[in-house]
Amino acid sequence: MIKKNITSAFVEKYSTIIIFLVPALTLFTVFVVMPIFEAAYFSFYRWNGMGPPEKYVGFKNYAFLFKNGIFLNALKNNFWIIFVSLFIQLPFALFLALFLANNFRGAAIFRSLFFLPYILAEIVASLIWVYIYKGDYGLVGAIWGLFGADAPWITADKEWALTAILIVVVWKYFGIHMMIMISGLQGISKEVIEAAKIDGAGPVTTALRIKIPILWPTITLSIFLSTLGSLQLFDLIMPLTMGGPSNVTHSMVTYLYDFGVGRMRLGFGSAISVVIFIICFVVALIYQTTILKDKGYN
Amino acid sequence: MQSKLSKFYMYLFLTFLAGIILVPLYLTFISSFKTLGDLSSNVIGLPREWILSNYTDVFGMEYFWSFAWNSLVYGVLTTVLTLICASMAAFVFAHIRFFGNRFLFNYLLIGLMFPFASAIIPLFLKVRDFGLLGTYWAVVLPQIAFGLGFAILLFRGFFKQIPPELFDAAYVDGCNYSNFFFRITIPLSVPIFSTVAVVTFVTSWNNYLLPLIMVSNEELYPWPMGIMFFRGEYDTDWSMVLTYVSLTLIPAIVFFLLAQKYIIAGLTGGAVKE
Repeated sequence: MIKKNITSAFVEKYSTIIIFLVPALTLFTVFVVMPIFEAAYFSFYRWNGMGPPEKYVGFKNYAFLFKNGIFLNALKNNFWIIFVSLFIQLPFALFLALFLANNFRGAAIFRSLFFLPYILAEIVASLIWVYIYKGDYGLVGAIWGLFGADAPWITADKEWALTAILIVVVWKYFGIHMMIMISGLQGISKEVIEAAKIDGAGPVTTALRIKIPILWPTITLSIFLSTLGSLQLFDLIMPLTMGGPSNVTHSMVTYLYDFGVGRMRLGFGSAISVVIFIICFVVALIYQTTILKDKGYN
Repeated sequence: MQSKLSKFYMYLFLTFLAGIILVPLYLTFISSFKTLGDLSSNVIGLPREWILSNYTDVFGMEYFWSFAWNSLVYGVLTTVLTLICASMAAFVFAHIRFFGNRFLFNYLLIGLMFPFASAIIPLFLKVRDFGLLGTYWAVVLPQIAFGLGFAILLFRGFFKQIPPELFDAAYVDGCNYSNFFFRITIPLSVPIFSTVAVVTFVTSWNNYLLPLIMVSNEELYPWPMGIMFFRGEYDTDWSMVLTYVSLTLIPAIVFFLLAQKYIIAGLTGGAVKE
């Protein structure tokens, strides 16, 4: 009798495990994991997607990629996007978070306001800025008009187009990092801050010596998330410039879309995919190991 | 005195920043009530004459409603199925001890750092070979798959807080794992279900790259592709484009104000926990 119960409990346990896990594991394996390996396989072929890939070209797709000026420029743009995200956007988000983590009058409203751009669809945020940047009836046009000058068409100007994109990146994403940091700051125990105050630490010292060090794991998370996000930037660029003018504002992903998918060069596109994957993977690996190292010290 | 002055500067600074956030939104909104002529000569001011014809024109377009409907279908299907798959998996990871538990959990989590763009070409081919192109599933299934890691992470964190004693007690009363999940875990977990639902839905609603690859039939365009399509059609009449954008902004902002709690909990909670 007891034995039967144990067996049926065993059966129940494992059937639950299987039934509950199979949908998630199947979807994940088929649509997330396998595509990465397939991309790696396709990347060694010249292929337009019709029939099975047959024309094996070895590393030629990769060789072409790293000799291609437009791609190298896209890499450089991704670097600038990361640079601005890490060295302008995040310090700014941190600075605001240090203010807005306190519950003074109006703090909640400002928090919500600064977070607002983040929840807008990228396409929408980007289109709004397309309008702002317009040389004829956008805000930029109007401001130049006040001085009686013909407005520059920022998004069509090789010198300025990337800057225009970077501004929108900061505008769109600083709010989420501010929120992440605020929720980290609010987790710091009041006693620690009080103790510092009693020891005579002013607000600046408290921020630099206590809050930021305690917040550091959260900050590294923000660094990681915005690096990964910057490497995959696509939606914001499409309405603004589509990678133009003359292909100077491509990111790796818009390059992939334009030159791989758009022209049905699927083998070549897969090679771009693999490069993007490897870069993101290395970033994630660096993040993981530094985090593990930090935990080791504690 | 000193602190009053610094408070004044702080508010001044915050208000200035708020202006940078709000002015683009304000201009978009205000411009949707202007005629094209008014728009080009009077950028910053209020409309000389408030017109509603932009709105009635946009509402009169059949595809405007069809884009909204499509996004709703993509969003609801993705959200419901993500909630089901992710909560079941997370329940197993949180409450059932078995060999491989940790391994499978980590396997699903690596998905969090897979760049979606890397998968688009094989995904397109796979969906094509499955015969799903031209159906809602072409967008829904990959969206679920890529959202699972984050959803499971959030669910598992929440489920772990349900005390194991509760399960022991239920077990004595003859409750098995699946009963426990449906009768006890789910009713106790409404907040996390709301959070995951809101985040999943918003992500689906805003998604652009995936439908761009998968959907070629205008009748199945989701909202963001619809906006780009509309922009192409009306590139010479931006008061119409801005009306369309305003009609996107208003529900998004209202939704944000209503669901703010869940959105922020979902985004920062998941982040801080790991």
